[in-house]
Amino acid sequence: MTSITAPSIDVSIPELQERARTLRLHVLRMAERVGQGYVGQGLGIADLLAVLYFGEMRYDPRRLDWPERDRFVLSIGHYSIGLYAALAEAGVFPLDEMDSYGADGSRLEMSGSEVTPGFEMTGGSLGHGLGQAVGMALGHRLAGRKSRTFLLMSDGELQEGSTWEAAMAGAHYRLDALIAFVDCNGQQADGAPATVMGIEPVHDKWTAFGWHVQRIDGNDIRAIVHAIACAKDASGRPHAIILDTLMGKGVPLFERREKNHFIRVAPEEWAIAREQAMARPGAPS
Amino acid sequence: MSGGASTVPTTSSAPVGITGTTGSILTSDTGGAASVQTAPFGHALVAAGERDARIVGLTADLGKYTDMHVFAQRFPERFVQVGMAEQNLIGIAAGLARTGHVPFATTYCVFATRRAYDFIAIGAALGRANVKIVAGLPGLTTGYGGTHQGIEDLALMRAIPGLVVIDPCDATEMAQATAAAAEHDGPVYLRLLRGQVPMVFDPATHRFEIGRACLLRDGGDVGIVSTGLMTARALDAADRLEAAGVRASVLHVPTLKPFDRDAVLELAARVPRLVTAENHVVSGGLASAVADTLVDAGVAVRMERIGIPDCFCESGSIPYLVKRYAMDADSIVAAAQRVLTVRRSTNPARNA
Repeated sequence: MTSITAPSIDVSIPELQERARTLRLHVLRMAERVGQGYVGQGLGIADLLAVLYFGEMRYDPRRLDWPERDRFVLSIGHYSIGLYAALAEAGVFPLDEMDSYGADGSRLEMSGSEVTPGFEMTGGSLGHGLGQAVGMALGHRLAGRKSRTFLLMSDGELQEGSTWEAAMAGAHYRLDALIAFVDCNGQQADGAPATVMGIEPVHDKWTAFGWHVQRIDGNDIRAIVHAIACAKDASGRPHAIILDTLMGKGVPLFERREKNHFIRVAPEEWAIAREQAMARPGAPS
Repeated sequence: MSGGASTVPTTSSAPVGITGTTGSILTSDTGGAASVQTAPFGHALVAAGERDARIVGLTADLGKYTDMHVFAQRFPERFVQVGMAEQNLIGIAAGLARTGHVPFATTYCVFATRRAYDFIAIGAALGRANVKIVAGLPGLTTGYGGTHQGIEDLALMRAIPGLVVIDPCDATEMAQATAAAAEHDGPVYLRLLRGQVPMVFDPATHRFEIGRACLLRDGGDVGIVSTGLMTARALDAADRLEAAGVRASVLHVPTLKPFDRDAVLELAARVPRLVTAENHVVSGGLASAVADTLVDAGVAVRMERIGIPDCFCESGSIPYLVKRYAMDADSIVAAAQRVLTVRRSTNPARNA
């Protein structure tokens, strides 16, 4: 086993923050090539992916089919830009391949799928991820494996009925090796969920479905690490960790942009965005 | 190519004197078969499960009605009940497949294909997840009307890239197709015949193989291409035609996808008058697959299609429905006679 990480986090918070910064720069690198894209989502989720891929998950970037691996399931295909950044940084494919993001014939599609190495399923048709993650968690249990299943889904997916079918099943089968992160960034294609179709109270809904629920600042690496540790201590129930995230996090230029589900960026803005993403907390901006 | 869909008989032409009731849904209609087998799928799945520990069973609250209960009793730890949630049935099955298991998921055709289409297409087929969907009440095997009769499932499933689609004829083939699905590496949609299932084929001699059609009878006057339980009626029709001096071939095509084009083209080359017979609407299923094959090969034949016309069907007893929608052996005989009749060529000038 040549796993790059141990099953429990022994990486320091500053190290993870540095990884998240690198992932954000990767996201900008990819998006700049095509001049647009799901930059806001990629930036917003970089902190979670840094914790999972560079601290928490047991996997081997050189042996993607290792049966004992922890799985990361991406239910939201348009967040793929964030996962590409993590997979490239982890060495699953060369960093240079990021330059093919969204290009014809590329393995790095705008809305990701199983054609990309390291993708455990095809997300993008929303509402699929949790059901498959429940199946994977059941599958690991049936096979007697300790592997865990991590899922990232969006707040908008809480409007899909299939999500709640799967939530019911996860609790029924007491899948405590399943951790679902719900990215509440407050944006979906037609606007804010509160106006499109209200989803709150999100915490209460998951609790009512029998899940162990936490709600944290999804851009606070320390909070993410702590929430995963708390999940390990609560057995017998699957875990929902609701992440309140800021789309475009780490790049104030994009954080403040309205209607940022799909950001269009002027050519001269990329240099500013890169500079902002490179700035370290506490350093003069 | 000529002929066309059978038309819906009007109410006034409905068979008179039929005393059946819709309640016959609860018992299988064995069509007067000499020999039947109980729960061939359930027993075949147990046998496959004994050979292969990766096999797991799932159902969406229809264990008893899809013969999955046989597997669940034998392997309770390898059985997953998902409740009334067909999208989740396929989603969980896909997740199980992605962790190395071989899931068999059962529900009815209507629920699997109408409610969970996206999950079959994207969750199972796109990534070639090793999911087997076994779906009950195909076509007119239930009297419960449009909500329960899976009349267009083959069309929907045929349209999905990479999905194997099987419509078995009898208990023998149901069992053999179950074993074949278990051994096939990739997603499969298998129509289910359950309960007391007629035996048409001798298990000692019949060999089901995915993608292979079998010529059951060889006759040079008319070729009947059939799938699923319609093959039993096609054989019956062939007997009656022979008594009337007409020699019929019967080509049984249990796999709708991949489709055995060679077998159809060989038959059409020898017998350029065809009748297709399927327990399904006449669009998008067997007749369409045959027509696709002939058109692609540039072969022109006369063809009649037996199957459900473009309508939702009534509730009622199965014998009543089979007659009402012209799905019985008599209707196949009549179609064969039509296709053999040389039609008068129409004069465009006169019609103008």
